[in-house]
Order: sequence, then C-alpha cells, then structure tokens
Amino acid sequence: MLLSVENLRVSYDRIRALHNISFSIDEGEIVCIIGANGAGKSTTLRAVSRLVPVEAGTKMTFMGKDLLEYPADKVVSKLGISHVPEGRRLFGNLTIMENLKLACFARNDRDEIQEDLKRIFMIFPRLEERKAQKAGTLSGGEQQMLAIGRAFMSGRKIMLLDEPSMGLAPLLMLSVFDALKELNQEGTTILLVEQNARMALQFAQRGYVLESGNLVLEGSSKELVDNPEVKNAYLGG
Amino acid sequence: MVFFFQNLINALQWGSFYALIALGYSMVYGILMLFNFAHGDIFMVGAYIGFGVATGVTALASLGAIVLPNWLILVLTIIISMFLTSFVGILVERLGYRPLREAPRASAAITGLMIGIILETGNLALLGARRVRFPSLIESTTYNIGGVYVTNKKIMIVGVSLMLMLALHQFVRRSKYGMAMRAMAFDHVVLPLMGVSINTIAAMTFAIGSALAAAAGILFGIAYPVLDPYMGIVFGWKAFVAAILGGRGSILGATLAGFLLGFIEIFVAMIFPSTLRDFIAYSIILLILTFRPHGFFGEPYSARLRL
Ligand SMILES: Nc1ncnc2c1ncn2[C@@H]1O[C@H](COP(=O)(O)OP(=O)(O)OP(=O)(O)O)[C@@H](O)[C@H]1O
Ligand SMILES: [Mg+2]
Repeated sequence: MLLSVENLRVSYDRIRALHNISFSIDEGEIVCIIGANGAGKSTTLRAVSRLVPVEAGTKMTFMGKDLLEYPADKVVSKLGISHVPEGRRLFGNLTIMENLKLACFARNDRDEIQEDLKRIFMIFPRLEERKAQKAGTLSGGEQQMLAIGRAFMSGRKIMLLDEPSMGLAPLLMLSVFDALKELNQEGTTILLVEQNARMALQFAQRGYVLESGNLVLEGSSKELVDNPEVKNAYLGG
Repeated sequence: MVFFFQNLINALQWGSFYALIALGYSMVYGILMLFNFAHGDIFMVGAYIGFGVATGVTALASLGAIVLPNWLILVLTIIISMFLTSFVGILVERLGYRPLREAPRASAAITGLMIGIILETGNLALLGARRVRFPSLIESTTYNIGGVYVTNKKIMIVGVSLMLMLALHQFVRRSKYGMAMRAMAFDHVVLPLMGVSINTIAAMTFAIGSALAAAAGILFGIAYPVLDPYMGIVFGWKAFVAAILGGRGSILGATLAGFLLGFIEIFVAMIFPSTLRDFIAYSIILLILTFRPHGFFGEPYSARLRL
C-alpha cells in the first residue's frame, strides 16, 4: 500500500469538513474521488499534502512513513507527493520556466532536472514555446499544462490532482488526461478529485464517492458507473 | 548651479540611508504581508553593532595584532556587522512574528512596536544613557569639483549603498532563493507545494532586510558619528513612508522613493527655514500619495490568498 488514510477528520474554524474518512491507494493506481460542491474533495487532498491541519485520531501513512511527521514542504521534497491545487495557483508574476524551476527548489539532481524539463516540454510543447512568458498571462488550458508540469517537477511518487478538467475544452481535456496516463505508465500513482464524474471514472481504475464529508461508496470504476445511485446523482441519470 | 549640485550630493547621501532601510520594510511587507515596525530600531541596533565591531577591529589593528589598511577595516566592519545584525532580524521574526503568523494583522503590528521599544530600552539597559561616538574609520578628504565640495565619505556612502541595492536586485531576480521570495510575495499559501519552506524564506527576508539596515546604520555612523538608542525611530517612520510610496514589495520602488525623500527634504531645507523642513517635505509626499495611492510600482499578487 502506497498511501493509507484512516479516520481523517478536518475542520475549518470549528466547522467540520471531513467527518471520518478512510481510504488507501496502491502503487501505480489511478484512483478518483467524486462528489458534489462542498463535499470535501479539495480538503481531502489538502490534508494529505499537509496544507491543512488534521484533527487528533487521524492516521496517514505514505510508504510506511507517518505523514503527520512531515510539514507541507517536506511532504513534497522528502516523500515525492505533489499536489496540483484547486484553481491551479500558478505564480503569475514568474515566467513558465521560473515556475518549473521553483518546483525543483529542494532537488539537487541537476541532470535529472534537465531530463524532466525535456520530458515536460515534449508532452506540452506549448510550454516550451512560451517559457519566457509570465504565467499570469497564460490561457486556462496552458495554465493547466503548467500546473501539471510543475507538479511533475516537484515530486512524482504520487500526484494529487484537484479538478484537472476544470475549464478545459473537451479536446484539450482529453490530451491532458492522455498526458497524465503517460506519466502514470512511467510509475506515478494518481489520486484525482473531480466534479466531472463521467470523465474521472473513465480515467481511473477505482473510485470513492464523497458526500458532505463522508465516504459513502467505493468500488471499481465499472461498479460505480453501473451503480444506479451514482448514475442518478453524478452521471446525469 | 554650484549650490544645486552641493545639495544634490547631500540629498543622495540622505536618500541612501532612507532607501537602504526602506528596502527591508518593503521586502517584509511584500513577502510576509507584515509591517515590521521594529525595523527602524534594527537600523539602530545595526549601528551599535557596527560601533562595537569597528571599535574592536580598530583596537586589534592599533595593538599591532593585525595590520590592516583603513579601507579594509571599513569593509570588514560593514560585512561583519551586516552578518551579525541579520541574526537580530532572524530572532525578531522567530520570537516575535512567527507565533503570530495566523493572528490578526493588528496584533502583528503592535508586536513590532513592542519589539522596537524592547530594543531601545534594552540598549539603554546595556550601555546606559550616554551617547556613543562612532569611530572615524576613514580620514576625511574633501575634493573641490568645479566649486562643489565633495568628501570621500559621501562618495563612499552613496557608492556602497548603490552596490548593495544592485546586489539585492540581482539576488532577487536571479537566484533560486530570490525566486522563492518573489513567489511567496505572490501566493504564500501554496508555496510549500513547491517544496519550499515558508519559515526559511521568512527568516531569510528578515535577515536580508536587517543586514541592509545595519549597513545603513554604519554609513550613518560614519557621516554623523553620534549614536543614541532612539535614533531609529524617526528613520524608521520615514523609511516606512518610502517603502509604501515605492509600492508593495517593490525593490526599485523603495529605492527610488528613499532617494526622493532625501531630495525633497534637502531641497525644501534649501529654500525654507530648516524648522519647516519636515512639515513641508511630508506635505508634498502626502500630496504625491493622493495621486498615486498604490505607490510608484508594486509587485502583483494573487487575488485569492486562502485555500
Ligand atoms: N479555507 C476554508 N475555510 C473555511 N471553510 C472551508 C475552506 N475551504 C473549504 N471550506 C468548507 O469545507 C467544506 C468542504 O470544502 P471543499 O473545498 O473540500 O469541497 P470540494 O468538494 O472541493 O468542493 P468543490 O467541488 O466546490 O471544489 C465546504 O463546506 C467548504 O465551505
Ligand atoms: Mg474543490
């Protein structure tokens, strides 16, 4: 088991967003969490990357190590967990190249960094064409490419992706998911949260359904797609 | 004309002090969203540390323990004092501000005021109420350039200041840590996702700002060799004005605004009685701010700074 989360509880200003959720991911898997607005999908990812504090009783391990012993920056640099946050959150005042280099802040394997950059530019040639451009001036699609590229540079044991399909035209969305699949085949495990349940279940092998802070269903993508409740609530009947 | 150039040189010197101090204010404000009201007092502490280091190095040299030319004593004093004062900044951040990072900004602001008072009175407790004389590290020479009198000290002060400002600019534009600082000014919330520790960048920002304030303190001590524990207050306020006038977190802005303050003060004093200097000078700056409420420049930052 790569990532194991048990009894995860998170509150914002004393209002509980995640009640008590448990899930796990094996190495090499693509797993998705689907749910409506405000279900707690983003909060789940933030808890794993340690951007939000968790409540006592929560257990999280990654490759057998206690995640709670790592602050957010070490989760990335020591464990290789990368997170594409909701809304992408690029550094708009830095160029594309600077955004990618910043993601390597804690790395000192120069040659591999060059290889990884080449790899990203091969998947997203647009980024190389515009590498001197400020990230704040990129189109929505280009921003998503950079957000994924940046995450890839920062750590790639597992990628946590918060709504990568958001705001993308269908064609571009397909090519982004193709790129992700490629990274997965090279060994990156993927945990994806999506409101676009149809897309997510097509892409992932397994899924969880999150409803107001509780995991209510889990199963293989096929089981979930065929589940009448899921069909009704998330796949438009 | 000669009169004008004479004052121009004085204005450049005063502007150097303001700009060096304003840079620390501006960086902390831009990167940490924090007004470090103790910064003027860090300038004072830097001047005193410079006094201690200069006295020590001069004493060693005069004992014959080490043989150093005067310019090297000066360079050593500046470098060692900047280094030592940076730890004062790191300490202020660690003990004063870090515990309050999630607290309301007003709490952080009064923390700065209290740290300032502690530094002033701490100095009084340590050294007593007497003023100290900054050792004259360089022999004063005056050059007459077409009727304008320029001392080597003034040239040195402006030159060293410009060099430090240029070095800071290069560091922030080109180095990896500078890049992280710019990123933090834009969106500190997600910066850890890049593997960057917020605490490291915060400490570094305070260290650099404090080192620059120390340089200003020593240069001031060389020009006006009498130090007292409250010398940082007025300088602090004026540099704060320059930092805000320059625009949020802008290095170029803080530098230009610092020099502008120097110019306005000196040229107002050229025309009006010196008792009216600050009254008129700061009325002018108030007027400028009315027309440019965001200051001259200003680094952009993310519209959403929450998760
Ligand atoms: N920074 C925050 N401060 C306070 N409450 C928050 C914050 N972020 C999220 N919440 C609350 O926590 C709950 C879960 O939010 P979360 O963002 O995890 O949902 P989500 O499933 O990602 O929703 P969406 O699909 O709209 O992105 C919501 O009730 C939300 O209002
Ligand atoms: Mg969300």
